[in-house]
Amino acid sequence: MESLKQLINKCEGLAFDLNYTRAKQWKSEGDGRVLVGYMPIYFPREIIHAMNGLAVGILGGGDKKQIIRGDAYYQSYICHMPRGIIELALDGHFDQFDGFLFPSICDVIRNLSGMFRVLRKGKFVKYMDFPQNFQKHIGGEFFKYELMDIVDKISKINKVKFSPEKLNEGIQLFNKNRALINAVYGLRKKSPWKISADEVYSIIRAGYVIPVEEHNEILKKAIELLGSMDGEPMDKIRVMIIGAFCEQPPLSLIKTIEQAGCYIIEDDFLLGSKWIQGDVEAGTSDPVGAIVDAYLNKSTFSSTVYDVDNPKEVRMIKLFNESKADGIIFAAPSFCDPALLDHPILQSSCHDNDIRYISFLFSENTGQFKVIKEQVGTFSDSIKLWEGETVNLK
Amino acid sequence: MPSKVVKEKSMIIQKEMIANHFRELSTAKETGKKVVYTFVPGNISELILAFDMLPVYPEINALQSGMRKKSEKFIQDAERIGHSEDVCTYVKCDIGMMINGNIGPTGEKIPPPDLLLLSYTGCFTFMKWFENLKRLYPGVPVAMLHTPYQEDKKITPEMTRYMVKQLKEEVIPKMEQVSGVKYDEEKLKNILRNSSKVEDAILRIFDTTKNKPSPIDAYFAGVYYIGPINSGFRGTPEAVNYYEELYSEIMERVRLGLGPITPEGEMENERFRLVVEGPPNWTHFREFWKLFYDFGAVIVASSYTKVGGVYDMGFRVDPDKPLDSLADYCMNCYTNLNLEQRIDLLSKCITDYKADGFLVNSIKSCNSFSAGQLMIMKELERKLEIPVGLIESDLVDPRYFSYSNIKNRLESFFQMLDQRKIILNY
Repeated sequence: MESLKQLINKCEGLAFDLNYTRAKQWKSEGDGRVLVGYMPIYFPREIIHAMNGLAVGILGGGDKKQIIRGDAYYQSYICHMPRGIIELALDGHFDQFDGFLFPSICDVIRNLSGMFRVLRKGKFVKYMDFPQNFQKHIGGEFFKYELMDIVDKISKINKVKFSPEKLNEGIQLFNKNRALINAVYGLRKKSPWKISADEVYSIIRAGYVIPVEEHNEILKKAIELLGSMDGEPMDKIRVMIIGAFCEQPPLSLIKTIEQAGCYIIEDDFLLGSKWIQGDVEAGTSDPVGAIVDAYLNKSTFSSTVYDVDNPKEVRMIKLFNESKADGIIFAAPSFCDPALLDHPILQSSCHDNDIRYISFLFSENTGQFKVIKEQVGTFSDSIKLWEGETVNLK
Repeated sequence: MPSKVVKEKSMIIQKEMIANHFRELSTAKETGKKVVYTFVPGNISELILAFDMLPVYPEINALQSGMRKKSEKFIQDAERIGHSEDVCTYVKCDIGMMINGNIGPTGEKIPPPDLLLLSYTGCFTFMKWFENLKRLYPGVPVAMLHTPYQEDKKITPEMTRYMVKQLKEEVIPKMEQVSGVKYDEEKLKNILRNSSKVEDAILRIFDTTKNKPSPIDAYFAGVYYIGPINSGFRGTPEAVNYYEELYSEIMERVRLGLGPITPEGEMENERFRLVVEGPPNWTHFREFWKLFYDFGAVIVASSYTKVGGVYDMGFRVDPDKPLDSLADYCMNCYTNLNLEQRIDLLSKCITDYKADGFLVNSIKSCNSFSAGQLMIMKELERKLEIPVGLIESDLVDPRYFSYSNIKNRLESFFQMLDQRKIILNY
């Protein structure tokens, strides 16, 4: 039987394969299959699944792709991820992709969609305006129209007719996927010494580039293997990471945080995979409507979602308490307006609730971790040394 | 640099209009007028006026603070309370101004908002900005108006319907509640009739740069020309009068064959005609303009003057369809156009106004403009074989304005244009 180590190695290989080998192989295994690349953070992959497609998460080049031409497309004060994506596009990594989706998360991703159009990448490029109005008959209706537009675009490519039954099947599979991911996180929260945060990260990220059916099998296997392990608890604090937003931290950064005396028991690294909190209603006669309802009513909090009626700081504190965390690490990508403009709001809430936190910036190709390690180590020590004491941060 | 700035008559009229507006704002509490904070792109000021409320534009306050050398302290104060160095300086300047007592550019106090109208058009940061303001003004209602992006180079009926529904069910009810005034569609239609006239006049004004020499500078002076429509006067009789006065003033300059008026005096020798993309720097506005004046460079069109509305491609508000029209207006603002549309529009400007070169002022603070500008440059260079150049600065953070760097780059750019002229004439 495959060991947990072997499973993690396999997932890491899949997750960081910038040639998207498994996705392309899947496409070649059947007629009428399409690959649709989607940018962070969230897209209802069920829709693509129903159209005989595979939604492939595009998360940039990370620290695994040298940027040569990408820098000629972006000024120095723009975040790193889009230059990695352009580099991948120009180097032909997406050549077998049929379409690209750009969810409305920020101005940089929005304009990147325009660049893909100018570069004539894929058979379609769609900037996906997620509604910021959460009433079913206003924002919901518009969202449905946007989703059906994607269905039409794919149908024009592979001639597949939209079927509510097939979509309901997909909804069930992705419900299962989220439940399994939550189970992995649950185990990690309970016994974080059994598997490291970077290993969990690789397992979850693998799901961005392979069929959901295969990812569900991987998750089931991981849960089974973790259940039979004991492991040795270490003297570390429990932290929540906030702010990873769309640009992903390098794996070494996640390792560094844990090596510096923390267990990461909650994070928003791959937020899209657990965006919907709970299940999308399955088996309805209007499955697109069910996806819309889930987005309107079950979305997690995020820098990209207008939150005036549902304040993100309240939701963050609730999550913090439920996770039994000791502190929060705010780690945002450099030059990320949405994530960074949330920090004063979230940090002020930490003050009000006597929650200890630190903050630093990263980029997807950060290669020096010494300063971060010292900062996190000091944070961990300070919590361990003064554990149980009330800290007046006001 | 002469100490006395030369001013056109219309500039004086505008100054009075804006001063009156700020005076009215400063006495809003006494007069009982309600105050609405909103943004310039997609500013549906006509609707605010239809409820007899007063608009405040935080971006305008920020740029005015920049021009009056007050922004640096405001930005640093915002950074002291946790705002990152990396983010939009308009936001930080506004928040810094607020925590310093909200004293506006004219020295009068700006009243707190009664309503935050989040017209979320063409800039993601707007949403984050008002999420922050919401926390700084607890209890103030927020009306969100989400403007879909023209991702497929067009406005679909579904996009308009989405916006109109928001206007009817989110924005108007909140305005009614805050103002205590019932929505009056006839009143809105009348206001929009003036807007339509103003839109026509603006297009005629910016079209005068077809003349050689150009009678106006469509960037540095252009930002003054768009002042009234972007600061609460859209749809007012004052705006109609102002633009008619401005137009006749400019036509007189055309008749006399004169170049633009600048703070340094009239530009007598038009050497280069440029199209500029991106907002200007406000903290060193006059020095920045003078650099171009010294080189004899006139801006014949700029994307920034279209940030509050694009009228070049035929769009006009239709007073008979007031809400549909407001929706379409919002969706037509420059930063709500996708990159291909921006390239098409800039190409048209370069061609129509016979520009010698295309220049980008890349602004650190503004990803809505900046992300994609390098590709726009490449595409225009490829399509039109026109020399392109790039300078970098910021909106209101003086720490990012490097006079010598900009001067060096402009010198090289103008040398290139000179060389090209020699070659083309040869």
